[in-house]
Amino acid sequence: MTDPAASSGIHPSPGMPDPLIALDHVTKRFPGVVANDQVSVAIWPGEVHVLLGENGAGKSTLVGMLSGIQQPDDGGILIEGREVSIDTPATALSLGIGTVFQHAMLVPSLTVAENMALGGKAWTRPDRQGIRRDMDKVCTDLGITIDPHARVGSLSLGEQQQVEIVRAVLRHSRVLILDEATAMLTPKGAQELGALMRRLVARGLAVIFITHKLNEAVEFGDRITVLRLGRKVGEIAPDRLRTLGSEAVTAEILRLMFGSHVVGADTGGRRRPTPTGETVLALSAIDVPDESVPVRGVDLTIRSGEILGVAGIDGNGQKQLAEAIAGQRRLGAGTIRLAGVAIETLSVADRRRLGLRYVTDDRLNEGTVGSFPIALNLVLKQVGEEPFWFRGVQRSAPIADHARRLVSEFDVRTPGVETAIGKLSGGNIQKALLARELSGEARVVIFAKPTYGLDVQNIRATRQRIRDAAERGCAVMLISTDLEEILELSDRIAVMDQGRVVGVVDNDADARSRVGALMSGAHR
Amino acid sequence: MSALFTEAFLTALILGAVTAGIPLMLAGLGEQISEKAGVLNIGIEGMMLIGAYTGFLVAYFTGSIWLGFFSGSLGGMAVASLMALFCVRLGLSQIVIGIALTLGAEGLTALLHHFQFSQSYPRLEAVESLAIPGLSALPVIGPALFDRPPIIYLAIAAVAVTAWVFRSTNLGLALQAAGDKPAALDAAGVDVIAVRTGAVLTTGLLAGLGGAFMAEVGAGIFVPFMTNGAGFIGIVLAMLARGRPLWVLLGALLFGACLSATTALQVAGVDIPTDVIQMLPFAAVLAILVVFGRRASLPPALGSHYVRGAR
Ligand SMILES: Nc1ncnc2c1ncn2[C@@H]1O[C@H](COP(=O)(O)OP(=O)(O)O)[C@@H](O)[C@H]1O
Ligand SMILES: [Mg+2]
Repeated sequence: MTDPAASSGIHPSPGMPDPLIALDHVTKRFPGVVANDQVSVAIWPGEVHVLLGENGAGKSTLVGMLSGIQQPDDGGILIEGREVSIDTPATALSLGIGTVFQHAMLVPSLTVAENMALGGKAWTRPDRQGIRRDMDKVCTDLGITIDPHARVGSLSLGEQQQVEIVRAVLRHSRVLILDEATAMLTPKGAQELGALMRRLVARGLAVIFITHKLNEAVEFGDRITVLRLGRKVGEIAPDRLRTLGSEAVTAEILRLMFGSHVVGADTGGRRRPTPTGETVLALSAIDVPDESVPVRGVDLTIRSGEILGVAGIDGNGQKQLAEAIAGQRRLGAGTIRLAGVAIETLSVADRRRLGLRYVTDDRLNEGTVGSFPIALNLVLKQVGEEPFWFRGVQRSAPIADHARRLVSEFDVRTPGVETAIGKLSGGNIQKALLARELSGEARVVIFAKPTYGLDVQNIRATRQRIRDAAERGCAVMLISTDLEEILELSDRIAVMDQGRVVGVVDNDADARSRVGALMSGAHR
Repeated sequence: MSALFTEAFLTALILGAVTAGIPLMLAGLGEQISEKAGVLNIGIEGMMLIGAYTGFLVAYFTGSIWLGFFSGSLGGMAVASLMALFCVRLGLSQIVIGIALTLGAEGLTALLHHFQFSQSYPRLEAVESLAIPGLSALPVIGPALFDRPPIIYLAIAAVAVTAWVFRSTNLGLALQAAGDKPAALDAAGVDVIAVRTGAVLTTGLLAGLGGAFMAEVGAGIFVPFMTNGAGFIGIVLAMLARGRPLWVLLGALLFGACLSATTALQVAGVDIPTDVIQMLPFAAVLAILVVFGRRASLPPALGSHYVRGAR
């Protein structure tokens, strides 16, 4: 697949017109990483071009050079065969390149129309009426409804994204870049976005759709370029994509993305048989007060040896619930029983002593103290306890021994136990965190987005740790926004939406569609 | 007590409130523009002081108050251009640079003044006023508001212009975006650095004018450290006005009234120790901050440097 024609696909055979945009062997370096290494990509009108790659593969950096946010260190950009330099976002816009960035780029305190007016002549009045008229037209064409006078801060992330798409179309963009546009959407919203992209390319636009989700790439893409660690490792052209069929394409992409080791391929799918151990963790009628997403009326139980997946779009109360169980947040109402003992009034440390463990998703701020050595980070939740402290005095020898044992047991790659933990890569920080939480007498472990931002190797290692914990008899709560992960590991799946558990389903053959329906708010 | 409500007292109070309030208003308005664009401008006190000094100097040597105002504004802008260079372009701490500029301006003007005028303290002539036909004949507010130096009318017009820019122009949207979410403004194709630089320079212009006003209209003389915290009161005003220029004007007049109460009370023949009266404006600042400070709202990106593509 890495045939030379694919990697230098910008000089097509004579007679073919030039591509709309061509990135010609561009390289971009950041301190310590080569984010893009000699990448060549050609963008054609009327095509949805998918840029696929894992987190950190360099997708955002690549399109950043088209949006005028980043400058290439090497290589060039051609528009219709002419070499251009896109040195500011304004240049990109004037060249007809519209971008919907990974993080919304709208001013929350302004209205939709005012956001569209940004960039108009300084001393003139924003043409709110004209914008409204134009917007109405584009919105009808695209089948979107947006109130031009709504304050952007009051819109959902999905709606904000639609605003950005409409804005790009209004500005007569010829190319629309969508960076991880489905990350904030429900499965249904993602489908709608897919349909919208089809209508856009039907108008003759080129769409660059960035994602790290394989199924979306296969479903929405006309052409797929795969990036891995900053390099382009392959491209699948439209005719091949059509003839191969989705299963063969998926296999091909997996091979490109991960080489021959494929995530989850050697795990044998879900664990069976259904655990029948005793109930270890029982939540009843839990309320957690919170300004944005209050959690209400959560009842859940987890047996010994069971993995309960908690699915849902990010920010639907999962974090609040996890923190409340761990004792980091006040409970509004309800009881938490750990092996029959009510623990809701106990401190974080007391809950830990009873065997409750919480692996936070905020590894750097909440999970670790970056400037502290690994050894100290590994006993961060046992400060003052023997044998690491004796009558209030810290004892380095036991702390270092303990650290050396865990570092080798959990395979943390580090120069030594005295290295500041912040200097390690994300995967190794996560290993250290797992070492701290899974060691000792763990009985209940709550994982919050445990593989978020990790590379494949570390994802596999982490998922194995989760299985092992359940195997040893822990009750495991696995909070994840990655439905594949939930389906791969869980015995049962609870779905959270707007602070409530809206359903618990067994992880059986049609779990995927039922969970998807619950996540998208079908119950509302 | 009835002496308090004589025509003479009220006239003196309002007249004094305007004279003392205009520089505060100019400072507050200037600060508001910077803050809207996301730059916390603590150097404003220094800008006023340089404005007062250059304004006085030019007015004194050329005999033209207008040249004085013009140079005062330029002086303020010169200080502001340092702020723009160090904070907006190079991204140094806005607080540290702001304090440095204020301290530097205080030292520099005191030093220069000492060498030039150590023997004599020259005064400017009183600034001529412009009576607005009809309105100036009204009792109390006629002499206090409508028979005043024309620069005062101009300053008030600046409030209206600023309000118009904020509310009704694309520039106003750009300023707000620069303070709320600079990355979004940048992505919309507007140069964030340019918008912020423009805002900071405008702040310098207004603050410099305010300083020149203090020296030329208020005192008729330059005295080291004469701005005496006016710039900082301006910062408080901008914070409390929550983006509304008219509120800055009202707040400035209120503070001006406190500042000028001494004179008015003397006119009224009320005998209160001057120390107590001079405390009034600062007590008022404290009281207002305690009561309303919580409601002050600042732009989310205030004080943070914007670098495109950084993470
Ligand atoms: N502004 C930046 N400064 C430093 N490093 C960066 C910056 N942007 C991206 N990187 C690094 O470049 C690599 C690619 O990042 P990115 O393009 O965001 O990947 P993707 O969008 O595929 O997830 C990562 O290792 C990331 O840490
Ligand atoms: Mg990205």
